[in-house]
Amino acid sequence: MLDGMNRPLSILVWGAVSLVAAGATAVVAVHRSEPINALWLVAAATCCYALGYRFYSKFIAAKILAVDALRATPAERLENGRDFLVTNKWVVFGHHFAAIAGPGPLVGPVLAAQFGYLPGTLWVLAGAVFAGCVQDFVILLFSVRRDGKSLTEMAKEETGAVGGIVAYAAVIAILIILLAVVALVVVNALKDSPWGTFTIAMTIPIALLMGIYLRRIRPGKVLEVSVLGFLLVLLAIWGGQWISLHPGPAHVFTLSASTLAISIIIYAFAASVVPVWLLLAPRDYLSTFVKLGTIGLLGIGIVAIHPTLHMPAFTRFVDGTGPVFAGKIFPFAFITIACGAISGFHSLISSGTTPKLIARETQTRLVGYGAMLAESAVAVMAIIAACVLQPGIYFAINSPAGIVGQTAVAATTTISNWGFPVTAADMQALAHAVGEQTLFNRTGGAPAFAVGMAHIFSQTLGGGTVMALWYHFAVMFEALFILTILDAGTRVARFMIQDALGHIYKPLGRTSWYPSIILTSALIVAAWGFFLWQGVKDPLGGINSLWPLFGIANQLLATVAMCVATTIIIKMHRAKYAAVTLVPLVWLVATTFTASWHKIFDLNPRVGFLTQAGFLASAPATSATARLIFNNRLDAAVTGLLLMMVTVVLIESVRQWLGVISGRKEARVQETPFVMTRLSEERA
Amino acid sequence: MTYLMQAAHILMNTLREIFDEAAYARFLERTHMASSRSAYAAFWRERENNAPKPRCC
Repeated sequence: MLDGMNRPLSILVWGAVSLVAAGATAVVAVHRSEPINALWLVAAATCCYALGYRFYSKFIAAKILAVDALRATPAERLENGRDFLVTNKWVVFGHHFAAIAGPGPLVGPVLAAQFGYLPGTLWVLAGAVFAGCVQDFVILLFSVRRDGKSLTEMAKEETGAVGGIVAYAAVIAILIILLAVVALVVVNALKDSPWGTFTIAMTIPIALLMGIYLRRIRPGKVLEVSVLGFLLVLLAIWGGQWISLHPGPAHVFTLSASTLAISIIIYAFAASVVPVWLLLAPRDYLSTFVKLGTIGLLGIGIVAIHPTLHMPAFTRFVDGTGPVFAGKIFPFAFITIACGAISGFHSLISSGTTPKLIARETQTRLVGYGAMLAESAVAVMAIIAACVLQPGIYFAINSPAGIVGQTAVAATTTISNWGFPVTAADMQALAHAVGEQTLFNRTGGAPAFAVGMAHIFSQTLGGGTVMALWYHFAVMFEALFILTILDAGTRVARFMIQDALGHIYKPLGRTSWYPSIILTSALIVAAWGFFLWQGVKDPLGGINSLWPLFGIANQLLATVAMCVATTIIIKMHRAKYAAVTLVPLVWLVATTFTASWHKIFDLNPRVGFLTQAGFLASAPATSATARLIFNNRLDAAVTGLLLMMVTVVLIESVRQWLGVISGRKEARVQETPFVMTRLSEERA
Repeated sequence: MTYLMQAAHILMNTLREIFDEAAYARFLERTHMASSRSAYAAFWRERENNAPKPRCC
């Protein structure tokens, strides 16, 4: 709308937005003496996003991509009413946002809050505007120009066959690590929590009921059954309180981390082999319904109560000695927060369903760049939710017992000695307020986020008396869509493996052949289940080793996406603008390669996998020592393998760039030939 | 008021698309079937063998 206003007014409005952006960001960045209000973060984020969208994305669209409203998109040319479909741009925006928004922008910023509120906030703002949104936007547009081809197909065509194979392997690897780490987040949120476990367990029969209702009673009435499912979930939360207050049922639902891990592994295998309509689809509907509503509610809650952030701008843990995860602010803050700033996984969505729905090339700006800005806003909300907690409480929840001590007194003494006062009585009162027996050592980010969210929600609606309900609502909200990711991710990986195995033995490639379904599902579940088990048994809480591994894998995928994007931009004879993707690429290479190096070779045993293995080997052996040594060596090998694969893509890409720029190689992009659109304005 | 109505309309369409109601309606139109248990079963048979929509982290 502001695009259409007259020039002096436009200059005035955007000048004011720039001033607010600069002022609010400066306050966020330099304010030190007393706690800061969350509205400063909201103002800085809103104005930075508005400027990024209005000016930077417009520059990219016009100067680099030359988006063309007259060029027919695959949704128009190949429209079949199934995959390819001309769709309203706001509908595609909502669809795309629902697909990219997961637990990442909630959990990553909560974990990175151990450095203080400032590093995460600045990275989320700058990372989204200059890297994450750019990646999503350019990959979406390039996929639209190639009939909706996937990232791996584009990598193969534009950077060479080796690049394509490596990108394919990297996607499988990232899926396995992603599924393990999100499963670990759920395990840590639900262990020894009868209320939470009951609520999440109930979502399985609720999803089955929804599936049967859709199939047998009211075919296709998904919105209706999602509302019904949501009401049943609220009932389950309320019922969970009853369970937790009665020793008999509470005992049944009080599960250890190991039992929960086994249950989740069995569940995910079952979800992967049963028909989609029965479990996966209804759970997906339910989780999306809850996700969109809760994110909206959280945004309203933050603006309504505009809470004060108690976490300082920086903590002492920027030196790498943090209890939540070990490692210095550079590079670890930048791989811990992936979704919310830049996430390689988004490039799979931008080159998956979304490009097949775009009606006009010009709409890729709103969908690609705009939806990522919305996801980044979710990350800012997560930072606020974590930082409204007293730092002592934040560290008591997020620190593993192996670091702060096994007992409440030992943990609070250690944390207080760090300069973040907290008492065992404070923690007991908080645990009681949220209906838990204890909140110590709840690593993984989800419980801390749930406490922060319950704090904000209870102040907006219901007061302290309903804090326990809000806390379990928040846990349910996170666990619900994490389990949806497990369902969908296991199935996606299964299809990819079946596709590959089909080249060896044809029946294995048939996605409806049960022996193949069972074999490939078992392979995938065993792979991520192994890493989950490793995390559960890790004396340092698992998150310390698995989250960085996930961050590295995700950012390496973003590196692949940026390699492909830069290659295409250079081939389009836009080399003088290649910095738009090249600078984020250099940053990604710097952070991920440095982080990988540290994770493999760092001399601090809490950081370096090999040092940790050596440390364990020299310490007195226990029954678990051999397994822990093997796990650390395996993690080092996986990190090294990912690094090597991405190095290959990088080298292949640089060869392409040099060849094209020097004129030795023909600059031929693999775009679909131009076809004039015939879509009417109304339909587009 | 018109803007509000338009926004509500788009929101409903978005939800219908996200929740596959629109996809089912298109399936019915494409196959000339009326909504029923067997039509819904056929809709899912068609979708069963397609790779599911990935959900991001």
